[in-house]
Amino acid sequence: MSTTASIVSPAPLPASSVPGRFGKYGGRYVPETLMAALLELDAAYAEAQADAAFHAELDGLLKEYVGRPTPLYFAKRLTETLGGAKIYLKREDLLHTGAHKINNALGQALLARRMGKQRIIAETGAGQHGVATATVCALFGMECVVYMGEEDMRRQELNVFRMRLLGAEVRGVASGSATLKDAINEAMRDWVTNVRTTFYILGSALGSHPYPTMVRDFHRVISKESKRQILEHEGRLPDAIVACVGGGSNAIGAFYEYIPDANVALIGVEAGGRGTGLGEHAARFQKIGGGIPGVLQGTYSYVLQDEAGQVATTHSVSAGLDYASVGPEHAMLHDSGRATYTSATDAEALDAVRVLSRTEGIIPALESAHAVAEAIKLAPKMGKDKILMVNVSGRGDKDIGIMTREMDLTGK
Amino acid sequence: MIEFKKKPGLVIYLTAGDPDLATTLDMALAAIDNGADVIELGVPFSDPLADGPVIQRASERALAKGTKLTDVLVICKQLRAARPQTGIILFSYLNPVVRFGMEKFAHAAKDAGADGVLLTDMIVEEAAEYLKVMHEVGLAPVFLAAPTSPDERLKAIAENSQGFVYAISRLGTTGTRTELEADAEAVVRRLKQFTTLPIALGFGVSTPEHVKTVGGFADAAVVGSAIVGLVEKTDAADAAKAVGEFVKSLKGAEIGA
Repeated sequence: MSTTASIVSPAPLPASSVPGRFGKYGGRYVPETLMAALLELDAAYAEAQADAAFHAELDGLLKEYVGRPTPLYFAKRLTETLGGAKIYLKREDLLHTGAHKINNALGQALLARRMGKQRIIAETGAGQHGVATATVCALFGMECVVYMGEEDMRRQELNVFRMRLLGAEVRGVASGSATLKDAINEAMRDWVTNVRTTFYILGSALGSHPYPTMVRDFHRVISKESKRQILEHEGRLPDAIVACVGGGSNAIGAFYEYIPDANVALIGVEAGGRGTGLGEHAARFQKIGGGIPGVLQGTYSYVLQDEAGQVATTHSVSAGLDYASVGPEHAMLHDSGRATYTSATDAEALDAVRVLSRTEGIIPALESAHAVAEAIKLAPKMGKDKILMVNVSGRGDKDIGIMTREMDLTGK
Repeated sequence: MIEFKKKPGLVIYLTAGDPDLATTLDMALAAIDNGADVIELGVPFSDPLADGPVIQRASERALAKGTKLTDVLVICKQLRAARPQTGIILFSYLNPVVRFGMEKFAHAAKDAGADGVLLTDMIVEEAAEYLKVMHEVGLAPVFLAAPTSPDERLKAIAENSQGFVYAISRLGTTGTRTELEADAEAVVRRLKQFTTLPIALGFGVSTPEHVKTVGGFADAAVVGSAIVGLVEKTDAADAAKAVGEFVKSLKGAEIGA
């Protein structure tokens, strides 16, 4: 695959001797204190990957506890309403805890147990990863501390309560914009301090190697299932797959098995927020006012930043897409042109919630609604013989509070 | 130049631009005139994940004042002009340097009279291009060594550092502590197997007593958060004097030892 840069990098970083590169992106840019832990994790993960017993236990729990496989559902009324491509929904929203996040939280918790680490830390944006982590910690009897920006705690208070109910300690983070990025900083500070006893369950395909690879591997099950399912339904692969991209974990999981299938368009949808200016969105791949390659929180990828290299604040109605950088594998897929990235605004996402709720009786999470919004734009432009798959990464229950404030249902 | 004439040497960290650039320069001069061997000029960053609350707050204040990498280079140049013999290290997270351009940064830092550079989130395995440009312009790359680093990593860190090696005294972020931990001496002892470079110990070194203790096993002490915390509590007009007196007290520990 070509990794030709389509943009001008201000300072190409070195050819690295570190594994875990996605083209020129990825790598390990961390304080030295964390290196021993990352190397230990890398080795433990490689060992687990090669162990059939690890996979058997993970697969068993995914089936019996998490509820896999999730359906690939033909959205007949949505298809008819939009009047174009046949739309299939991959129902990650039906998983235990309400989103795809548990695929990864479960995998990493099993790894932590294998490594003998009893204390788990995590960061969370929308709270779905925090809830998933708190859930698996309850399942395995592990101590759990979740860092969450105070702005996100306010926006997603239902999930804060769920985490506490599950026995996790939720620690608010007030620094910066008090959202996901700041929660990751604080989780990394905890990890650097307690690294000998603590396992950090990172919630997206971000951070230093091996996290982007490991998180992608645990979500790969999404595209493994959907590929088999679409062949059962249609006898052929879809023409396009749409997924929302915050850090990019659900999208990389939904895309991965299709990367070699050049005829399947892969479309990531970022948060367009309320405008195109820096600070008004989280669209890292936006042509003007978007990100440029840099280093944030251990990895080299696109970063929303000012001219002095200070990381920009972001905005999205959805707490889970509100991040200044993006997983390094997406940066590579973007530059190579294998995937394309677009955005949906807050208003488009909220409108998509209404459309999907009323045509299919499915209330999507605000994050997933960004993918639905793109499907609403795209499907009518595609022929009726085309197939469009949408990854519904989570359900909207957690967002009812925001929806109540943001949506006016009087009269319609 | 980086030299520790009397042991323990003293490395003083300042977050550049807190409370303002002019005061940063005055504080650096006061620190030097009261015995600091090396000044670390910290470039403020929006996401200082290796730092504790004191330096986080200082970074926020410096950024609120609009402090940029280019401003820190100006201060560096002024400091070099005023004190030709003192060691000066530019201390930064990677992203401001990447954005500025690694090669351009190396030349600018050399022109500004810096002796070396420490990038908090740069590890030796990722450093090939960084080391190349540092060597080309003749700047000393200083790497961090941690208590958790196994011997083979300490060896690579020591071999790729110049000027001195910065040993981290304990796990965790920067910040003052009441006591030094047992980790501190062990990491210095392990590093000494691999290098004859001076070893400076930092993270949590905050009192004259700590400096004295560090002098028992390392070549220099790095004092950061204790200075930055003092700056936070002091009016800008009095900050240089306060820093000078505090540095003198840190050196006093050595004299009385």
